[in-house]
Amino acid sequence: MSIQQYIQNVFNAVKTLLKGMRVTGYYFFHPKEIITQQYPDNRATLKLADRFKGEVVMLHDENNEHACTGCTACELACPNGTIKIITQFDITPDGKKKKALNTFVYHLELCTMCNLCVEACPTGAITMAQNFEHSVYDRKQLTKILNKPGSKIRAGVE
Amino acid sequence: MLNTISFEAIKTAVQQWLNMHWGPHLAFIAECILIGLLVIVFFALLGLLLVFMERKVSAVMQIRLGPNRVGPKGWLQTSADTLKLMLKEGLTPDGADKFLFNLAPFLIMIAAMLIMVPIAFARNFQIWDINIGVLYISSIASISVIAILMAGWSSNNKYALLGAMRSGAQIISYELSAGVAVITMVMLTQSLSIQDIILSQQNGWWIFKGHIPAIIAFVIFMIAATAETNRAPFDLAEAESELTAGFHTEYSGMKFALFFLAEYINVFIVCAVAAILFFGGWMPFHIGNWEGFNHIMDYIPSSIWFLGKTFCLIFLIMWFRWTFPRLRIDQLLNLEWKYLLPISLANLLLMTIIVVLKWYL
Repeated sequence: MSIQQYIQNVFNAVKTLLKGMRVTGYYFFHPKEIITQQYPDNRATLKLADRFKGEVVMLHDENNEHACTGCTACELACPNGTIKIITQFDITPDGKKKKALNTFVYHLELCTMCNLCVEACPTGAITMAQNFEHSVYDRKQLTKILNKPGSKIRAGVE
Repeated sequence: MLNTISFEAIKTAVQQWLNMHWGPHLAFIAECILIGLLVIVFFALLGLLLVFMERKVSAVMQIRLGPNRVGPKGWLQTSADTLKLMLKEGLTPDGADKFLFNLAPFLIMIAAMLIMVPIAFARNFQIWDINIGVLYISSIASISVIAILMAGWSSNNKYALLGAMRSGAQIISYELSAGVAVITMVMLTQSLSIQDIILSQQNGWWIFKGHIPAIIAFVIFMIAATAETNRAPFDLAEAESELTAGFHTEYSGMKFALFFLAEYINVFIVCAVAAILFFGGWMPFHIGNWEGFNHIMDYIPSSIWFLGKTFCLIFLIMWFRWTFPRLRIDQLLNLEWKYLLPISLANLLLMTIIVVLKWYL
């Protein structure tokens, strides 16, 4: 190692260490940057990150209609069998049989919030909600049916 | 005036009262006991305060809040932790060398307590002004490595032994550059007594008067002090991610608390030494001949000056800890033997030239 390199090393070390200290020092003198949420206290004003995933929900519009065709793409995409889709055959007005959703069973206790089902859905029927207060006294209550009673597929969704 | 409530005045009053009522011998023994009690109380309070400060500083630097539930703003958190540690069982492992295992935490505390002796906390407020104060501090500081090795060896645990061995290698090598940095400052004062070193900074602290060599010596001393107290980025002896807790893996309850306390006491002591050597101990900040400014500075009590400087340096060491990643053992020894030691020796030579030519004020 030449003398010049040696001095260069010392200089670089001091420079990079000071750069690191600048970052932590900035945070120390700017307490506004603190991102901790004091959760039970600020339940009303809780701010969650955009990509936080709490549970799978099915989107329903005001007419109690959803976009699920019962294609079971989400069930196939799920790595740990969280979703079970029970289908039925509807009779369309022109007399044909058509596959449709009967019950969308979602096992929250098995779900790892990997988002693969949402990405697999061809019609955008399901999405991830940001609700995370899921604790119950009986795990049976974690098995949910996502399509609301009486809901049906929105017209025009294939 | 302010002199009536200074530490010096309290000390003289107590001394006079004891001598008047009890005679010189009994008074001396009473003073010794009193000092011992004061040091223990000071240690306990310092431990509580520094652990809390560390947790708060680390929290804010990592954009967190830190302890804020126990007591107002979390101030009682460390007291609650200490209470918990007191109630815990001090377990001794079956295969441990029981005598050494139980002795080690006390030895590390004794070593920390002994260093307290020559440190001046305020104007004329010092347990004992030894004429070799600085030498005494650097020699006693190396005793703590014996306690660490003792703890690591007697635990009969591979992680503890590894941590202790690393700590030994680390403290022995970093003592060199810390010692050379101290010698650099002793060159300027030409005295090893803490009192003389502080008094020689009456017209300006050495960090300002000593030109660039003093600043280099300060940086080297702070790096070596961080390494000697086994704190991150030099916390290889503990290295939670590799060695669970290093040399104190097997300790629990109050025995663990003593190790934990000793770490913070040592941090306080090295920062106090740095404050004395480079920032004038309890000397107030004076600028040349601005009479008014200097006069205002004199009104601040000397103990506040000393503690203020020390805590600023402690903050600096905490800042290091929560910024830098841990070094590997070969990087650690490289830093010492290839960089710090040659630089500090060259710096010592530079300082000698400055002192011989009388370039300092």
